[in-house]
Amino acid sequence: MTSQEVLSAPHVMEFGYTRSTGPVVGAFLTGLRDKKVLGAKDSQGRVVVPPPEYDASTAAPIDASQLVEVGQEGTVTTWSWSPVPRAGNPFDRPFAWALVQLDGADTALLHALDAPREAITTGMRVRIRWAEQTVGFINDIACFEVVL
Amino acid sequence: MTDAITEIITPIRLEYRYTPGTASSRFLRKMKEGKLVGRRCPSCAKVYVPPRGGCPMCGVEFGEEVEVKSTGTVVTFAIVNVNFANRVVDLPYVSAEVAFDGSDTTTMVLLKGVGADEARMGMRVTAHWLPESEWDYTLANIDYVEPIDEPDADYDTYKELV
Repeated sequence: MTSQEVLSAPHVMEFGYTRSTGPVVGAFLTGLRDKKVLGAKDSQGRVVVPPPEYDASTAAPIDASQLVEVGQEGTVTTWSWSPVPRAGNPFDRPFAWALVQLDGADTALLHALDAPREAITTGMRVRIRWAEQTVGFINDIACFEVVL
Repeated sequence: MTDAITEIITPIRLEYRYTPGTASSRFLRKMKEGKLVGRRCPSCAKVYVPPRGGCPMCGVEFGEEVEVKSTGTVVTFAIVNVNFANRVVDLPYVSAEVAFDGSDTTTMVLLKGVGADEARMGMRVTAHWLPESEWDYTLANIDYVEPIDEPDADYDTYKELV
């Protein structure tokens, strides 16, 4: 049997997991839908964004009703250039992944940054670009964009 | 402002290039022609459908190709009552392990033409193939099996396959 006789075909496995968010992540996503970013004030007085379900120091549950809103602009703390975007990435052209510390937050949030490679620096100021339609998902933040 | 978010759907997707290998490629090409084939082990003489490269019991390469029949015996079965995503058959339905005549292995296939409460081991069935125009490189060319008017097979004839 020759190799030409071996068949080959595309095969896609796909499954949409329905996950319950729990109270804290649910509140965070509800905030995104309403174009607000919420964080948790932890036992050390730090504002953590996105909010964790349990306090990192004391392991006490985070109270979803006590989340605080942070700013929609922030500072790039580090970033990584993605020269070859992959299927499912937020852009079909080269872009950056960035950790952004939103104003009022003490931690950074990972998301895409829409800016030319040469314009990106650690410490640069960026703001949220909201999706046209927000539904309560992390992609409600379409990306970050440069504050001019 | 509407209700709070309590659930999200997170898609998981994997894109493969699937290559079935020489033995299964040969089998799938025969399926495309509307033929169900297996291969016989030269050591134990068992016929595997679909064929593998070699006999998993004897560890030797398979020998001759054997065409098996579209009739067979229900060796065992499961009644499916639980709903799931992308289901295409009405509930409840019967998923049967069928030993096609001439084969020493079973194939999982949908059993139709009989109520779920009437399915039984030993039931004689025949494969209902899709129209020839729809045949492709897939076992799905056999749409389902349905009962035929024959006495049930004796348990001893298929007990090794249960």
